Amino acid sequence: MNVLLDHLPEFREGFIGTVLLTLASGLLAMVLGVVIAGFRVSPVPPLRFFGAAWVTLFRNTPLTLLFLVAWFVVPVIFAPGLNPWTKALLALGFYTSAFVCEAVRSGINTVPLGQAEAARSIGMTFFQTLRLIVLPQATRTVIPPLSSIFIALTKNSAIAGAFSVTELFGVQKLLSDKGFAIAWIFLWVALGYLVITFTISGLFRLLERRMGVAR
Amino acid sequence: MTEVSVAKDTAPAADGLVVLKNVNKHFGALHVLQDIDLTIARGEVVVVIGPSGSGKSTLCRTINRLETIDSGDISIDGRPLPQEGKELARLRADVGMVFQSFNLFAHKTVLENVMLGQVKVRKADKKAAEEKARALLDRVGVGTQADKYPAQLSGGQQQRVAIARALAMDPKVMLFDEPTSALDPEMINEVLDVMQQLARDGMTMVVVTHEMGFARSAANRVVFMADGRIVEEAAPEQFFSNPRSDRAKDFLSKILHH
Repeated sequence: MNVLLDHLPEFREGFIGTVLLTLASGLLAMVLGVVIAGFRVSPVPPLRFFGAAWVTLFRNTPLTLLFLVAWFVVPVIFAPGLNPWTKALLALGFYTSAFVCEAVRSGINTVPLGQAEAARSIGMTFFQTLRLIVLPQATRTVIPPLSSIFIALTKNSAIAGAFSVTELFGVQKLLSDKGFAIAWIFLWVALGYLVITFTISGLFRLLERRMGVAR
Repeated sequence: MTEVSVAKDTAPAADGLVVLKNVNKHFGALHVLQDIDLTIARGEVVVVIGPSGSGKSTLCRTINRLETIDSGDISIDGRPLPQEGKELARLRADVGMVFQSFNLFAHKTVLENVMLGQVKVRKADKKAAEEKARALLDRVGVGTQADKYPAQLSGGQQQRVAIARALAMDPKVMLFDEPTSALDPEMINEVLDVMQQLARDGMTMVVVTHEMGFARSAANRVVFMADGRIVEEAAPEQFFSNPRSDRAKDFLSKILHH
């Protein structure tokens, strides 16, 4: 109990770190995921290939390996001088975008083909068809899997702690290294994650209900 | 048919609005369209009939390139169908299409369904688009349903909204792909009446249908298809009273007495 009260600033900072990292990488994953899903259903073969390659690469690589790549390969080849937080954001965002993409694509596939045909037959471009007709109708089916994906992302962000990014899981390491009772630290850290994941599932349940009414 | 190709370059308006030349298409091993030649004149109503699987729906869908073809040429108003992209989208806006399963946008109200193409494709002003949409909905007799969602309408009403949605784009030609086949019998006439009126107003129409009454009364020409080929083309009276081909005789004998 005392561990929490005595180190409230550390816990608070870690908690906020996890929330921010989850939010930022979730946003990045969402944007990338929808775009890549668009690529995967597009009529342009190179885009489809790119989308498939993206998903294959990021869905099948262990996240820890992506972190290692972000830390030791990306700075050398692509962008030197990235701070750890940005590197963690990229690794988490890219990794999660592959899962978001597949969830969105499964949603797209539930929209009857006739909807897209009707949109194209009144002269909409592929992009308009996707944005105005298909994606809005796919949203409802995509929300439940997205909820799971973002909860997974929250917990995956713990890996960033091991790479010395300030976040909740890192607090555990910091304090147990100092010799405090491990059980209590674990409990508080776990509760911190629970608060975030419960919030996410609550928000998504709300969204789901709202969508249900809208139609 | 050769005259058409000559005329195409010089005076597209004079001859065919929709011209199909030597069109072929396969679905795997199935040769669904075999050497199709068809010219549809401006203001003409062409009804395509034939047994199921004869390729008539596919033929209809190739005209706005919802189905691609393997070989041959299709041109609309003198311009060949472009590849998938912006230009094709522009051309599709000029070709109205009505589907068997209506395909109204399920997440939009009836009014929005009819406005969407005008606003997003034609870049029309919202207010003008709404006025036009309401006028069209009145014209097809569903003006009072404007604020409902498609799922709240009967099949016949949905199909009339779909016709209004296509008309909102001021199409040069309207394609009807079995527009009444998914309807309950008592709703078929309300849709046919709208189509009948459209034909009288001089709209160029290609209608794939099983409604022989409509073919008889509204068509300028009946095209009979079987096994991926156009077997016979004739004026409706001539086709129904005195079909030339055995295939057509057989088809008519089956549908006219049952």
